[in-house]
Formats: sequence, structure tokens, C-alpha cells
Amino acid sequence: MTTQAAISGHEVEHSGPNYIAVFIYLSVLTAIELGVYAMGLPQVAKVGLLIALAWAKAVLVAMYFMHLAMEKRALAVIAIIPVILVTFLCFMLLPDLTTRMWTKFDHPRPVTNPAEMGANPVAPPPMQTP
Amino acid sequence: MSEAAAVETHEHGAMQADQLEPSLTPGSLGKLGMWSFLAGDAMTFGAAIAAYGALRIGNPNWPSPAAFLGITTTAIMTFVLICSSVTMVEALGSIQTGRMARYRNFMALTVLGGLVFLGMQAFEWHHLLGEKGMSIKVDLFDATFFILTGFHGCHVFGGVVYNSVLLIRGMTGKLTQAKANLVEVAGLYWHFVDLVWILIFTFIYLI
Repeated sequence: MTTQAAISGHEVEHSGPNYIAVFIYLSVLTAIELGVYAMGLPQVAKVGLLIALAWAKAVLVAMYFMHLAMEKRALAVIAIIPVILVTFLCFMLLPDLTTRMWTKFDHPRPVTNPAEMGANPVAPPPMQTP
Repeated sequence: MSEAAAVETHEHGAMQADQLEPSLTPGSLGKLGMWSFLAGDAMTFGAAIAAYGALRIGNPNWPSPAAFLGITTTAIMTFVLICSSVTMVEALGSIQTGRMARYRNFMALTVLGGLVFLGMQAFEWHHLLGEKGMSIKVDLFDATFFILTGFHGCHVFGGVVYNSVLLIRGMTGKLTQAKANLVEVAGLYWHFVDLVWILIFTFIYLI
């Protein structure tokens, strides 16, 4: 498929992606996700596979529907910055997570029906110091 | 100065500008602006999803999403958004090649896809708030669910309005092949909404 785009007054010719093929890939990956979800794999394998599949789909959308594969590198740099920053953010959360994972007190789900809630339904359980 | 010399000088000046900022001159400033906005928006969603993960990992008694959230409805919602992304790129391809009737049809389908998604989300929320007894005030599981999916739903609503404006402008003749770039910029936003839903579907519903 060949498309012509008028960019900054210059006629630029480039070959566009096959959107139907991308659509089929996305649909197949979604079906695989549902299969992984239903297969009853161990939690670690299930989470790893699902995250990998989600990223594969996200990259397909960004590269082909959002045309990053055909754009100048400056736009790809803008696109990758939030990914890097959020990755750092996840690492910054690790100290808090590891601390909280030491405290194994119960967090019972108080009530599922809001009509039954009392004056302070979300009062936290007493804290225990590790 | 003769006309030919003026054109040559102009082209020379443009070439110099290109040489000054070879990698910082994308084809469209609209695209650059939209990508900058989307980078900020991605940080917001990224921070919200990271916070969700931190809250969930830190709580050993986090409820299983499967006990509350239906996968069938959301799988269909995911499929609807993917389809609407395809109709969006077809609408863009149509207006770039001057096929305005085809553009209007595909843009109308894109708007319809967004409306179907919002309708299904409203149906899902109604079910969860009513039969399942979920509420943003109950606990963090419920709060994070409603905040993340609600924030994304607001984006879908914004996209439907955005695309509807472009559809109406196409129907009234105000949007022509020469302004196809406006559709490409709107498409970036719409595909981003699709991309974020792909991640929310995985992190909130499937894991």
C-alpha cells in the first residue's frame, strides 16, 4: 500500500502498514491472553505471560496505528520517556513494598454491601511494627 | 530579485532550517503537540497503574478480581476498541486520498465504537455497583478499580467528542483533504486510549 502525505509542503511518499494484519495480530494476542487467563497456570507464569502479551499489543498499536515505526526518531524519544520514568517510579516504590510485605496482619474485606457499612467502614486494623 | 531567485533563496532558507534541527522538526507541529500531551497523560496513567500495583502487592488479602469483575464483557470492550482503532486509520487513509464519503463512514464507525464502549462500561458499572455491591468508598480494591476505569472512560468520552467534531466538520465540508493532518492528530489520541485500555484490561481484570 502506498500513501502520499503532504508534510510541511513537501510530498513525502512512504509505504503504510497493513492495518488489517495488525488488527488480526491484536485480536489473536487478545485471544491468547484470555487463554492464559483461563488455563490456570502458576501465578508467576500467568502474570509474566499476561504482561508480555499486553506490552506486545501496546507496542503494535504504538508502532503501526500511531505510526511510530514510520515517524522521525524525535517522536519515539518523546514516547519512550514516560515508559522510562514509570519504570523508575516502580523501582522507587520497591522500598515501601518490601517494608509492607513484612507486616502480615489481616486486612479483612470489611463489607461488600455499602448499605451495611457503619460510621467508619474503612478503619484500618491496628498497625504492628515489624 | 527575480521570481526564480526568490524561490531559490526561500528553498535555501528552508533547507538551512532543516539542517539546524534535523531531528526536532517532525512533519507536523500538531503531531508534536499531541505526542507531548500523550507523554504527560501516559505518566498519569503509568503512575496510577504503578500505585495500583503497589497497593495490591502490599496487601496480602487483596480480593481476586475474577470474583467481582466479568471478563466476557471487558474482552468484548477490548475488541470494540481495537476495531475502532482500525476504522480510525481507515478514516485517515480515506481523507488523505480525498475519498470524503469513505472518510465520513469510517469516522462515524469510530465514533460508534467509542459509544458502544462507553455503553458497555456503563452497563458494567451498573452491575458492579448494584448486584456486586462495589463502591468507591468500600475499600482500595474498589477505589482503584473505579478511579482507573473511570479516568480511562473520561478519555474515551473526550475522544468521542473529538472525533464527532471531525465527523461533523467532514459532513459540512469544513474538513477537506488539505486538513487531513487534523485527523492524524486525533487518531494519535484515539489509539493512545486504545493502548491504555490494553494495559488496564491486563492489570485490572486479568492479573
